Amino acid sequence: MKIKLTFWKVVFIVIMALGLYSSFIRYFRGLGAVSNMTDQFPWGLWIGFDCLCGVMLAAGGFCMVGAVYLFNVERLHSVVRPAVLTAFLGYILFIVGLLYDLGRPWYIWHQLIYMNPHSVMFEVGMCVMTYTTVLFFEFLPNVFERFNLQTPIRLIKKIYPVLIVLGILLSTLHQSSLGSLYLIMPSKLHPFWYTPALPFFFFASAVAVGLAMTIFESTQSAKAFGRHLELSVLVTLGGALLVALWVNALLRFEDYFRRGLIRQIFKPSYEAYFLWLELTLTFVIPITMLSFKKVRLSPQWLYLASICTVLGFITNRLNIALIGFETYVGHHYIPKWTEFSITLMIIAMGFALFGLAVKYLPIFPEARHPVQPRLRTETAPVLATPVLGHAGD
Amino acid sequence: MSKALLYDATMCIGCKQCESGCAQQNNLPYDDKVAAESVQSAHKYTVVMTKDDKFMRRLCMHCEKPACASVCPVGAFHKTKEGPVVYDVWKCIGCRYCMVACVFGQPKYEWQSLNPRVRKCIMCPDLIAAGKQTACAAICPTGATKFGERDDLISEAKDRIRQSPSTYLPRIYGLNEVGGTSVFILSSVNAEEYGYPASAKIGDTPMPEYTGRVMDRIPDFIPVWTLALGGIYWISHRRDEVAAAEAEERKQNGSGK
Ligand code: SF4
Ligand code: SF4
Ligand code: SF4
Repeated sequence: MKIKLTFWKVVFIVIMALGLYSSFIRYFRGLGAVSNMTDQFPWGLWIGFDCLCGVMLAAGGFCMVGAVYLFNVERLHSVVRPAVLTAFLGYILFIVGLLYDLGRPWYIWHQLIYMNPHSVMFEVGMCVMTYTTVLFFEFLPNVFERFNLQTPIRLIKKIYPVLIVLGILLSTLHQSSLGSLYLIMPSKLHPFWYTPALPFFFFASAVAVGLAMTIFESTQSAKAFGRHLELSVLVTLGGALLVALWVNALLRFEDYFRRGLIRQIFKPSYEAYFLWLELTLTFVIPITMLSFKKVRLSPQWLYLASICTVLGFITNRLNIALIGFETYVGHHYIPKWTEFSITLMIIAMGFALFGLAVKYLPIFPEARHPVQPRLRTETAPVLATPVLGHAGD
Repeated sequence: MSKALLYDATMCIGCKQCESGCAQQNNLPYDDKVAAESVQSAHKYTVVMTKDDKFMRRLCMHCEKPACASVCPVGAFHKTKEGPVVYDVWKCIGCRYCMVACVFGQPKYEWQSLNPRVRKCIMCPDLIAAGKQTACAAICPTGATKFGERDDLISEAKDRIRQSPSTYLPRIYGLNEVGGTSVFILSSVNAEEYGYPASAKIGDTPMPEYTGRVMDRIPDFIPVWTLALGGIYWISHRRDEVAAAEAEERKQNGSGK
């Protein structure tokens, strides 16, 4: 265990060092030097992954808040805090990513004074800003509880209904408007991905990923922190995920059908290969898995199904942001290593901050008095467990 | 009162005077090396392309309903009433949405700069304000690039087609594309062969409408959705409160006995 621990620490340090080097290139040599973006490909990996996927991966926050506080699914109460924490960190890191991608990040505040209400980007910007603030308030009770400050806790409790409604409203708006960003490019984005329904798809996929991410992150932290995890929580989430995936799949299929693309999506082509990969990961594998009762009742299988779903929807968004433009542009875009390294650094920071928060704040109250972990760690997959568990050291 | 440019490819002799005139007007570098570049870039607003013995010019189309202006979160682009679509660099945050949104791929970026600007033909707004024609039109030795009132240029273009139908394709590129532009192209070869997007593909709908359909609904959506969410919250918590009150009552009744 000791060796492994050091190994992950070394990985973390290497990622951070390379990331810092790339940051230097970014801010002292310019976007042209740090990335493979060009006039033909003005949006690259950072928009595709850090922004589109980042916001999607943070969707667990509003999904769980909605389920527990709006629909009163009491069972899920124990996963709300980690989900809100993930969302809060996700949005902060998304903003960090934006500071790399914007050509003139020092003017980011111009959003507030030169507003253009017709711009989807403006809407996304405003929503993200307000929602991050809301998440901050939803996260604050952790800090107050840690220091046992009763008055502010009571205050937050008072405004909680407002926070909840506002948070879900903002999430609905900007999860979908990330899709609306692409509505203005009907002649550029490949028809497999361009559809007037993009905003709906972005919202629907955010809900599915929100559920999958919650399964993933609570299983993951249960293992990393030896925390007791109710099976009923996972089973509820798994069932909801199956429904969400079916809804997504039917919407997508209906869209292809209505636009007469069914035949085309089965014909081999460059785009079709990526579409097949996406559809297999998002729908075929997880829906098949989750259709078995055995899978829905097993934490390990649920964990795998959720990872598959998340990877699938990441493929989906990268297809929209990158692959879908290659035919129009006429050449491929492959991110430079420095682009990857900055993205990796941001992800690593996310893991580290999550670890720190869990260590010092009552995110999982049980963690302080470890109950016999219900998940058997030996058989459970250990993907990022060591990073999670020790990143805060 | 809106101005426009008419480029007649059949009159163009490929001298590239417009390129150099534009560079001079906009303080861009211009030498043999730049002249040889056949693509537009941050330092080349307009380009004259050669194919066989024919030429074609590219520049910003100055759309009537510009996509670049509608997508910019800080409104750094706007269409002036004189016709040019201009750029306010001090507003720009560098998100490059204008670049991905423009169907003609006109905005270019200073990728090497540490404080990069978006660059494109701005239709010489200073010259127009001073009552002059654009630098490229003024310098053109054959009149292939002509500056004038938008309406006048449209009728002139139609006249030219009518008078020599054998020379021209029966179309004015830019008249209806994406809802109309302020740059018109007459040619004997389809503009698409030089990299212009196909009319059929981009259509006649102004680009901002594609997003407008969704964006316009947001003001209605917000209050409705807020009410719905608030309602759900109220109902589900009301049930709790009632349940709690009942439990309380039962307890009191129980202890009362
Ligand atoms: S051609 Fe492009 S850059 Fe020029 S006005 Fe139209 S949308 Fe804007
Ligand atoms: S890059 Fe600048 S001009 Fe273009 S959309 Fe973004 S803020 Fe506006
Ligand atoms: S109108 Fe002005 S800015 Fe545009 S190409 Fe001509 S000279 Fe250059």
